[in-house]
Amino acid sequence: MSGSLKKLYQEVILDHSRHPRNFGTMAKPDKSASGNNPLCGDKVTVFLTIEGDNILDTSFDARGCAISIASASMMTEMVKGKSIEQAKTLYEKFTAIVTGQTGPSGELADLETLSGVKDFPTRIKCATLSWHAMSAALDNSDKEVKTE
Amino acid sequence: MATKMDSKIHHNKFDVDLVRLDFPILSEQVHGKPFIYFDSAASSQKPCSVIDAVSNVYRREYSNVHRGVHYMSQKATDAMEAARKKICNFINADNIREVIFVRGATEGINLVASSWGRSNLKAGDEIILSMMEHHSNIVPWQIIAEETGTLIKVVPIDDKGVFDMDAYLNMLSNRTKFVAITHVSNALGTVLPVSEIIGTAHEKGAKVLVDGCQAAPHLELDVRAMDADFYVFSGHKIYGPSGIGVLYGKEEILDSMPPYQGGGEMIDVVTFEKTTYADLPFKFEAGTPHISGAIGMGAAIDYINSVGLNNIAAHEMDLLSYGTEKLKGINRLQIIGEAPEKAAILSFNLDGVHPHDVGTIIDMEGIAVRTGHHCAQPVMERFNIAATIRASIGLYNRRDEIDALVAGLQRVRGIFG
Repeated sequence: MSGSLKKLYQEVILDHSRHPRNFGTMAKPDKSASGNNPLCGDKVTVFLTIEGDNILDTSFDARGCAISIASASMMTEMVKGKSIEQAKTLYEKFTAIVTGQTGPSGELADLETLSGVKDFPTRIKCATLSWHAMSAALDNSDKEVKTE
Repeated sequence: MATKMDSKIHHNKFDVDLVRLDFPILSEQVHGKPFIYFDSAASSQKPCSVIDAVSNVYRREYSNVHRGVHYMSQKATDAMEAARKKICNFINADNIREVIFVRGATEGINLVASSWGRSNLKAGDEIILSMMEHHSNIVPWQIIAEETGTLIKVVPIDDKGVFDMDAYLNMLSNRTKFVAITHVSNALGTVLPVSEIIGTAHEKGAKVLVDGCQAAPHLELDVRAMDADFYVFSGHKIYGPSGIGVLYGKEEILDSMPPYQGGGEMIDVVTFEKTTYADLPFKFEAGTPHISGAIGMGAAIDYINSVGLNNIAAHEMDLLSYGTEKLKGINRLQIIGEAPEKAAILSFNLDGVHPHDVGTIIDMEGIAVRTGHHCAQPVMERFNIAATIRASIGLYNRRDEIDALVAGLQRVRGIFG
């Protein structure tokens, strides 16, 4: 298997895709937003429980590929307990890493395993879909996020 | 790069290795591996004769058509009209007035929905589509249905992807004004019994459009034998250029229809008081057409004829049965679409692995397949899936490429378990 493929489908990513954390809908979220990739029919909804400026809890419901599920799973783990401001910064940093604008710095922990996606331009939006949805939820946008 | 000196060599006996020499792109490498192309249903690759024909237009015979008095305009016009004649023969239309050049099948369907639909449909009328339609044979009808108050009915399919003829016959009534169906399903490969669908629709006085995009590269077409009122297909799926396609329509129906777009070329006399329209086929060809595309499409038809559609069909059927058997040997693989009458399209899913991950992994092996909903979301919904992997077969594919696909899928199993 090629190096870039090995990096894309490394064990931590496969593990999150097989056993996604924080998976499922939330009965009464304070904020939620959906993302849709019309090209492949993939969908994700991100739910957030907010108190003040902090994200107390988060979950997601999705139908998608290993990359999109793993990304959403790791994202929910990462932003839980963070402030809204911190989550927005993470969103920007993650987007910069998977699009190849910046290299991994260690700050995003396991999420940086997804940096290999930058070598697969058609798959970048799989990794970013749930993040765009979270960002839209934080911005109170009720418009569905679309990758196209 | 292995290209043949003379791209016009004709094949007496079908030899896939000779055929492959006609397609320069097949000698490309992808990620350091030989390029294996299983995405012909999305768009097929082009033989040298088509590439040369298009290039030759611009090198030797280009000008605008149908209007110049000069030599080169006549030459370009002759070449374009010769292409129209080839297409006319290819589908066995009665005459060239029935062969309208459009941008592709999508534009052909929009033309009929807009022109025929707007002047013939009214509230309470019904249009029948099948569940297997490509979005391009759904959305134009939804637009016109909403505008006219027409009701759309959808013929279901069974678990193997077979058109439910009984349900269709029950749906047909005197309210049925139009039936729009695909000849071959792009997502499943199912071949529909178009003659019977058309015959029974005609008994109720309905008109029928057949989307022939996936049929034209595989099956011998005879629009008169099937008695289609309209038949559409695209150049780029029959080894020709993109941006060009054909709408066939029965002359008396086309004659009765208002123009679709206004502009140059489609007029007879223009005054600000009243404009009269050109005769068929030009009434529906407003503006400067895709001249090199039309000529290239004619060259593609020459190419298909030189290889022989019967040879192509036999070769593809061999690969379809070989591929079906090989795929069934893979653990937890489901083939989606197992109609007895099927064209060379293999749609399938690997249990527990999303098609996009499969597509990325086998792309690294140089193998191009389509992954996604194939612009046929109602089909995906019918099978309760989001997407499939689709390996579609063209005349240039070989058994060893199917073996490579199978090896690639085993590799996916190796990663995902």
